[in-house]
Amino acid sequence: MTSRTLFEKVWDAHVVVAETADTPAVIYVDLHLVHEVTSPQAFSELRERGLKLRRPDRMLATLDHSTPTLPTNADGSRPYANAEAQAQVAQLEANCREFGVELHGWDSADRGIVHVIGPELGATQPGMTIVCGDSHTSTHGAFGALAFGIGTTEVGHVMATQCLLQRRPKTMAIHVDGQLPPGVGAKDLILHIIGTIGVDGGTGYVLEYRGAAIEALSMDERMTVCNMSIEAGARAGLIAPDETTFAWLKGRPRVPQGAAWDAAVTRWRALRSDDGARYDREVRIDAGAVKPTVTYGTHPGMAIAMDAPVPAATNAQERRALDYMQSTPGQPMQGTPVDVVFVGSCTNSRLSDLREAARVLHGRRIAQGVRMLVVPGSEAVRRDAEREGLHHVFTAAGAEWRVPGCSMCIAMNGDLAQPGQLVVSTSNRNFEGRQGKGARTVLASPATAAASAIAGRIADPREYLVEAA
Amino acid sequence: MKPVIRLHSRTAVLADENIDTDRIIPARFLTTTTREGLGQLCFHDWRYQTDGSDNPAFPLNRPEARGCSILIAGRNFGCGSSREHAPWALLDYGIRAVLCSEIADIFRGNALKNGLLAIVIDELEHRWLLRHPGIELAIDVREQYIALPDGGRIPFRLEPFARHCLLNGVDQLGYLLQHADAITHYEHQEQAA
Repeated sequence: MTSRTLFEKVWDAHVVVAETADTPAVIYVDLHLVHEVTSPQAFSELRERGLKLRRPDRMLATLDHSTPTLPTNADGSRPYANAEAQAQVAQLEANCREFGVELHGWDSADRGIVHVIGPELGATQPGMTIVCGDSHTSTHGAFGALAFGIGTTEVGHVMATQCLLQRRPKTMAIHVDGQLPPGVGAKDLILHIIGTIGVDGGTGYVLEYRGAAIEALSMDERMTVCNMSIEAGARAGLIAPDETTFAWLKGRPRVPQGAAWDAAVTRWRALRSDDGARYDREVRIDAGAVKPTVTYGTHPGMAIAMDAPVPAATNAQERRALDYMQSTPGQPMQGTPVDVVFVGSCTNSRLSDLREAARVLHGRRIAQGVRMLVVPGSEAVRRDAEREGLHHVFTAAGAEWRVPGCSMCIAMNGDLAQPGQLVVSTSNRNFEGRQGKGARTVLASPATAAASAIAGRIADPREYLVEAA
Repeated sequence: MKPVIRLHSRTAVLADENIDTDRIIPARFLTTTTREGLGQLCFHDWRYQTDGSDNPAFPLNRPEARGCSILIAGRNFGCGSSREHAPWALLDYGIRAVLCSEIADIFRGNALKNGLLAIVIDELEHRWLLRHPGIELAIDVREQYIALPDGGRIPFRLEPFARHCLLNGVDQLGYLLQHADAITHYEHQEQAA
């Protein structure tokens, strides 16, 4: 048998009808995650056509994008940003009731950002195909699943048939050799990778992250890396499951238990690229050369080490991006005054991210005039963080500790920055206006975000970690 | 979906590279639960000034760009989100085709499923079209070429199934539903494994 990549193994196992020159493959979907923003039109279409959900048991819904992160009002109502946001949430609640979909809504102890709760519940498993009407579905690739974002039309396809029409994408291996230096994390690494291959470097490809530096990452860190695959244009990014993966998943509510668990792990161990497997493209990254990395422009590919000079614009778009950001060519981003700091999003809102920010903030105060929001990714993360007292570290430092949700990553729930404000954000997109009209976003790690909040300027977290040690 | 076979229009140009889905329709407008009426929000923060009036610096606000339904956009158009609100907004705004040397994957798939011609062309021809806004083009989906005013032709290649669906107005969900037996068979096999 010919050598196959991890992607090819997962793909091959899900082909219902093979691809031909004229028709794409019909690919089976194991898990369909749903949230309030990209599903209402798909549910409506099903209703109009008199169709049922084929496999509601393979769906999992939550509320995250339009939900307020402030606690309930005194009268028990929720502080929605507007009536539309509230109506959109109510629509998903009604759709899930009508169609029989498991919803982790306001009453659930497991509600949270869709890409945080899927893994937490053990719904995300190695070798699965996972889709969601959300481009950051690539997150679940951290478990060796083929996971990618789809549009609302395709959400309807999966609802009605549990399948998608897909052409097989190309494969790209990203070998990350060596070891990340102390104080440099997964977020710095993925920003460095996107800065290297470019914001469209992955278009048409599925990425496989591999090599010693990837194997050394925790599951939270692997999720951070895979999450941002789409920011390089790749719909999916995978990491082969290993002992780290199995240990993380064991005992979670939706994974097999007992003998079935052992059988599953045996099966999952085969989910790695064979020796001699061929990729369409291979890229090598030296982990040892990665520094605390931030963005300086208006897409995630415009990323550099924070102490490196901002490159001069080479065309009109880059000039526009630098103007918008008020970034100065030749000057480093380090030292740039900061207005708002956001720790959260499906990229960096897990327990280890909050610990990383808290380690820097412990016993310190954020700079005067800086507003800092810390938004846990899920109710489970919130509980765990509060058990450790992390929320006290944040509030004592002067930050706001919020209720789980996407919050200021996409800024559709009322959590947003004002025009011109500079936000150091642990999220995934620094597009113009993403965090509020005219807001300027600098993507960074949780440690860098925390250090920048204290300094009131973009700051190197290693200075604070040394002091703390 | 209605068949899309040919399209004639003058071109409008948005030369910026990496025009992302947040620029096409800002996320704060995604609280809608329908597909309709998103045209007025298309390119919102670029197109309008803070007082709500048209921004004269936005290329599509120029008189010569009005009514153009073919957009020549800079490389990597549609990067970012999987939100189908982006092609819905463009179609409702009046854009029927986007020509580009590279188009983001998810956006391209979403666009074609809605009858928005997201067409990848060669870099050389892309560069030429970017420099010549307002020219009259005719896109032939069946023969896969773009006719220039001087009789020249720019060839392109659509994924065959997407092209078939455009030409015949095929409903892809209907097509998938025809595979119900194969899907059931797959599920039984999977259960047995």
